[in-house]
Amino acid sequence: MGVRPRRALLATTLLSSLVAVSACGGGTADSASGDVTLVVKTFSQFGYDELYKEYEASHPGIKIKEENIGKLGDYTPKLQQWLATGKGAGDVVAIEEGILSQFMAKPDQFVNLLDHGAKELSGNFLPWKWQQASTSDGSKVVGLGTDVGAQGMCYRKDLFEAAGLPTDREAVGRLWPTWDAYLATGKQFKAKTPGAGFYDSTGGVYLNMLMQSGDHTYYDSTNELVIDSNSAVRATWDKSIEMVKAGLSANIEMWSPQWNAGFKNGTFATIPCPSWMLGTIEKQAGPENKGKWDVAKVPGNGAVRGGSFLAVPAQSTHQKEAAELAKFLTSAKGQTAAFKAKNNFPSSPQAIDDPVVQDFKNPYFNDAPVGKIFGESVKALKPVYLGPDNNAIGDRVGNALLAVEQGKLQPDEAWAKAVDDAKRLAK
Amino acid sequence: MVTDLRPRTAPSTPAAGSRPPEQPRPRLRDRISRVEVKWSPYLFIAPFFVIFAVFGLFPLIYTAWVSLHDWDITGAGAFVGLDNYVALFADPDFWNSVVNTLGMLVLSTVPQLLGALVLASLLNQKLRAVTFLRMGVLLPIVTSVAAVGIVFSQIFDRDAGMVNGLLGLVNIDAIDWRADKWSSWTAIATMVNWRWTGYNALIYLAAMQAIPKDLYEAATVDGAGKVRQFWSITVPNIRPAIVFTVIMSTIAGMQLFTEPLIFGQGSFAISGGSLRQFQTVSMYMFEKAFRDFDYGYGSAVAWMIFLLITLLGVVNFLITRRSR
Repeated sequence: MGVRPRRALLATTLLSSLVAVSACGGGTADSASGDVTLVVKTFSQFGYDELYKEYEASHPGIKIKEENIGKLGDYTPKLQQWLATGKGAGDVVAIEEGILSQFMAKPDQFVNLLDHGAKELSGNFLPWKWQQASTSDGSKVVGLGTDVGAQGMCYRKDLFEAAGLPTDREAVGRLWPTWDAYLATGKQFKAKTPGAGFYDSTGGVYLNMLMQSGDHTYYDSTNELVIDSNSAVRATWDKSIEMVKAGLSANIEMWSPQWNAGFKNGTFATIPCPSWMLGTIEKQAGPENKGKWDVAKVPGNGAVRGGSFLAVPAQSTHQKEAAELAKFLTSAKGQTAAFKAKNNFPSSPQAIDDPVVQDFKNPYFNDAPVGKIFGESVKALKPVYLGPDNNAIGDRVGNALLAVEQGKLQPDEAWAKAVDDAKRLAK
Repeated sequence: MVTDLRPRTAPSTPAAGSRPPEQPRPRLRDRISRVEVKWSPYLFIAPFFVIFAVFGLFPLIYTAWVSLHDWDITGAGAFVGLDNYVALFADPDFWNSVVNTLGMLVLSTVPQLLGALVLASLLNQKLRAVTFLRMGVLLPIVTSVAAVGIVFSQIFDRDAGMVNGLLGLVNIDAIDWRADKWSSWTAIATMVNWRWTGYNALIYLAAMQAIPKDLYEAATVDGAGKVRQFWSITVPNIRPAIVFTVIMSTIAGMQLFTEPLIFGQGSFAISGGSLRQFQTVSMYMFEKAFRDFDYGYGSAVAWMIFLLITLLGVVNFLITRRSR
């Protein structure tokens, strides 16, 4: 009997070796013909399929393989592991802005893109986007910007109609100049349509408001944890609680199966949608719901939520080729193509002003002029500094909000718990 | 001990150099064969011990070594002695996960084994298509854990789940299965029970078939009913099988991981609910080691799981032994 309990540890080892095995899957391999295979690691949807084909056609001898992980939450630990162990990261990796600062702390894990002629590209990106992935002395550029999470508010036309609200996107946008007005609209909606939630879950709305509420959130620019002293965070929390109390939430966690199904079934009427989410909505709601979802302007002043970078890990065995590919994918042309494919909104001013983007109408969303809507949100933009454990703290605050939605904690208890969890995590 | 039963070669007589030169050869062969006889049994059993050492003993010891360090993803940091364990003992999230694991362990093991007992005694009767039925109870074990997790997560869904639908028929309000400890534990224990009851039933069935029929005949003559026979003959006679299943389910229950992970939602599912309602110790270990990359702390959690299982094993053993 004494022998059996070792299984706990055996399981541990197996788990870790499993992780290790899956982490090793991404190495680059040259085929016999001397071709170079570049492995690109992404999460969610980057919309690069067409660009890969084009690049392969114009660069004979280069093959591109994208390895995608659906959820950012699953991708992040893998990426950390690949980079720390020096194995498995492939040749080009996507880095989301919320996890960028922890990688910026170890710039040696990445190829300095300035060594590969990135300097002259700085004008191709919004200045703050360029800054985010540069070291503070400017001697090193770790990543090149892909998209910015330009904000819109997606809404279900049929549900708005049932609630007696306007359905035209201009008029809908005028309903909510501020988040307070959004809250008021929500109350109106719930009075008429109690069966559906006004939005999916409070976590998303909270995050949106937070990203509009100043130049930093949980951390100040010296990476000091300020979650309980930054009044903007608390104010955003309180506003979110007000919405929970008004019963606006459908209480469906983001990225859960019910959330996916909710787009199809009309379980909720609005969802703050960063540009990259349009692809998700289209995929989940399916062709039969074409035209039911539309995009209006987001309450408050412009905000970003999300947005990514491409970097070349120092462990890549084809750094030169990888850097060229990253430059190609993040060029104004590449960003425009990704926008057309998955509505990932460009971070390149040239691409933003490109008529292709400006005049782009998304047929799935009633030909909504998403290029214009998101473009306006980006212009009003102030960059927000996100510290090292930003996303992990966000997870904990999200859980606390969820507990309030479930009625398991009083708002004050939940806030205290979120702060406490954040402090324990960051210590 | 190994005994060499072959006749020994006569000790070579060191006669004068008149002997032919092949004299040393049989000697060498002899020595080889003696070594072979002495050591080959060890060689035959070596694979198990080598594999155990590589995959069992080494990780066990290495995990203990890691747990004494401030060990993050970049490798070994400072030696911190028992600091990780001290922090662990003061960590409410850890104790919460221990309580959750034990709660789900009770909710899954007890009904599972009782159900298996009943099922086995039913299958031990003269039934039509008995082989078909016996194979049938094994089906759930063939299903992948992930599939079980996904399907049952839908069955226990708050808005569109089958269980809430059925409860609605008798006018019981929909239950948010993930929001409370009792409800999430019930849902997860149901998955475990569904999957393992048949397996345990077959083990009991095998043990029951080894019970001599005359015991039952004698009992019938003495006027004992079916129920009395079950408790006084069947159960005592399959005690070794019961002890085995109790210990095996305890070990499995202490390592519960996949079902609660899939039952969780969103991108932070490893937390097992908004307030960690159903986060098990294994999940907590995984969160610490592979999400926060605190390998030292994660290893300390792993060792605590090991110690807890040992402790529970001993308790199990003592209880089942005394109740003879």
